[in-house]
Amino acid sequence: MPEQYDIIREAIRAGRPVATATIIGGGQLGAKLLIFADGSVRGSLGDESLERRVVADALPMLAQAITRAVEYADLGAMVFVESFAPPPTLFMVGGVHISIALGALAKVLGFRTVVVDARSAFATDERFPHADELVIAWPDEALEGRLDARSCVAVLTHDPKLDDPALRVALASQAKYIGALGSTKTHAKRLERLRDEGFGEDQLARIHGPIGLPIGAKTPAEIALSILAEVVKVQRGK
Amino acid sequence: MHEMIDQIDAWLARGEGVAVATVVKTMGSSPRLVGAKMIVASGGSMAGSVSGGCIEGAIFGFCQEALKTGEARLLHFGVADEMAWEVGLACGGEIDVFVEPLR
Repeated sequence: MPEQYDIIREAIRAGRPVATATIIGGGQLGAKLLIFADGSVRGSLGDESLERRVVADALPMLAQAITRAVEYADLGAMVFVESFAPPPTLFMVGGVHISIALGALAKVLGFRTVVVDARSAFATDERFPHADELVIAWPDEALEGRLDARSCVAVLTHDPKLDDPALRVALASQAKYIGALGSTKTHAKRLERLRDEGFGEDQLARIHGPIGLPIGAKTPAEIALSILAEVVKVQRGK
Repeated sequence: MHEMIDQIDAWLARGEGVAVATVVKTMGSSPRLVGAKMIVASGGSMAGSVSGGCIEGAIFGFCQEALKTGEARLLHFGVADEMAWEVGLACGGEIDVFVEPLR
């Protein structure tokens, strides 16, 4: 078994993020360094100062699951950094009817899906047979400590008692996407409440509300499409 | 890579060598994203793709060569490139593909 491949394979199987940095121009062509999220490495690029810089550049790329070539002109090297990371997670707050369509479509796009609701009648296996995980808990408890830089959060209950705690945790995290369902009016009120709690405008601007791209969506499936279209737009930095 | 693990393992279990071709850069329109892979076994099997089918034939040859020499290589394919014309990179884009023996 090729040694480096074996390590990559085991990491992928275990859902442990790993990046590979391969010299594709200059230097020792094909030399490879494996970089884990905790900063530990395996392998070698044959140049310690290049390795230090590559690790520093690759770690934030791995956190965002970015894959691209990076040029080190002063060292005369081109390095291809490839991130292998488990799929990002879409957290749907509210076991509502929109979450059913949203969860199904999100699976098609490759997300891991989690439905969160404090009301056990809403978040059931029967209603969400395709969800990877159902969490029956208050949204703030359910989300605390689980949102990373690639996580997406869609807050969908319409109920401030459930929505607001979820938004508080999401805003305190590095979540890639935060969206909240509700009309322009509802959203304005929501922002006012969060402003009163001390959230600044920069933080509040992270919330996409009303959620989804304006495509005139009416049915749950169409709303799910508009939400995921917005998620993709944010993921692609457009 | 996720979806290729089973295939690679099957080839390795048969005692074959494996070469990997990866799209490392794209310019202009191109059918596959950076990171797209094609894998080739020394016995002549292949899986995956690095373009819309335009340059896979050429890549197959480079992979076989990499398995023989044990050396990695960076390849460029563009419309202005004669070889790409031959193999027909019709999308009008340009791509860089890195070919390496699996280590």
